[in-house]
Amino acid sequence: MKPLNETQKLETASIATPQASNSDFEVRSLDAICINESHLTHKWHHNLKYLAVGILFGIVFVKAEVVSWFRIQEMFRLQSFHMYGIIGSAVAVGAVSVWLIRKFNIKTIYGETIEFHPKTFNKGQVIGGLLFGLGWAMTGACPGPLYAQIGMGATVIAITLLSAILGTWVYGYFRDKLPH
Amino acid sequence: MFEFLSEPWAWYVAGPLIGLVVPTLLIIGNKSFGISSSLRHICASCAPANIKFFKYDWKKEVWNLYFVGGIFLGAIVATLFLNSGKPVAVNPDLARELADYGITNFNGLVPQDLFSWEKVLTLKGFLMMVVGGFLVGFGTRYAGGCTSGHAIMGLSTLQLPSLIATICFMLGGFLMANFLLPFILKL
Repeated sequence: MKPLNETQKLETASIATPQASNSDFEVRSLDAICINESHLTHKWHHNLKYLAVGILFGIVFVKAEVVSWFRIQEMFRLQSFHMYGIIGSAVAVGAVSVWLIRKFNIKTIYGETIEFHPKTFNKGQVIGGLLFGLGWAMTGACPGPLYAQIGMGATVIAITLLSAILGTWVYGYFRDKLPH
Repeated sequence: MFEFLSEPWAWYVAGPLIGLVVPTLLIIGNKSFGISSSLRHICASCAPANIKFFKYDWKKEVWNLYFVGGIFLGAIVATLFLNSGKPVAVNPDLARELADYGITNFNGLVPQDLFSWEKVLTLKGFLMMVVGGFLVGFGTRYAGGCTSGHAIMGLSTLQLPSLIATICFMLGGFLMANFLLPFILKL
């Protein structure tokens, strides 16, 4: 995304909300993977369905030991097939689902067309990816399992989660100075 | 049935279930699976500090926070009601190596010998919990996603950048687990 020059900035400022919300979307979609594609607005309780999916997901996380520090160590030392089997079969099922959604033009429960946004390559995927990998092998947790580990009673992981939030914040603060 | 549920689940049960989260989120609300963004939404809601990266309408993304809240609750449910109470099965080679570092308690999925409140302020504990957590938060956002957003959602939609990111996650993990962690765990 090119920075706006002064005249463009003025133009953007003078145009009403649709433009502003577009630029908001651009900022959000710049790095975040999950961006709200739905153009509908719902009452808050519609979010409870995501809570329900999250609960089921959390149960799978714990019961399949995806949140286990030991399982992550075994994965990175090639001592167990377990995590490779999980990630591999998850991707296979995900890919077939996405293919079916595209092929049959399956709509959301609200009748909207499902949207996919291509990601663009930048150096962050390499540098950030390596840094995350280092942290993943230390904590034995990617962001999802952090929430699950706290729920399992390992309350000290709240410190790790806070530190991860701080890491995200520091990235945001230095974002313009980092190579992308 | 209950006994079956309380034992650790096999990869071929858990993997497909995790994969199904992708179409589920798409169909119930056009949402792309991704968890690390929740960290960004927390920053945007609690401490935007006038940083451009956090100046967006996080309330539109609040579904993501419900989702991670669900993960937290699901873990409580699994621990309270679906717990076999047995120690974690660990590869014998790993168990032997960990014993050298004084890690012998395999009673939980999170080893208490490494992660506990008493150890936060020791050098090893600080590195493992605080520095490790920082790398997770900084690295995922810099990479634009984590295991869910890149490895699962990104690969499911056949995105080359996600493949590159996933390879780098694994490279970083291999490097840490095999070459750096042995030094840290000896501290």
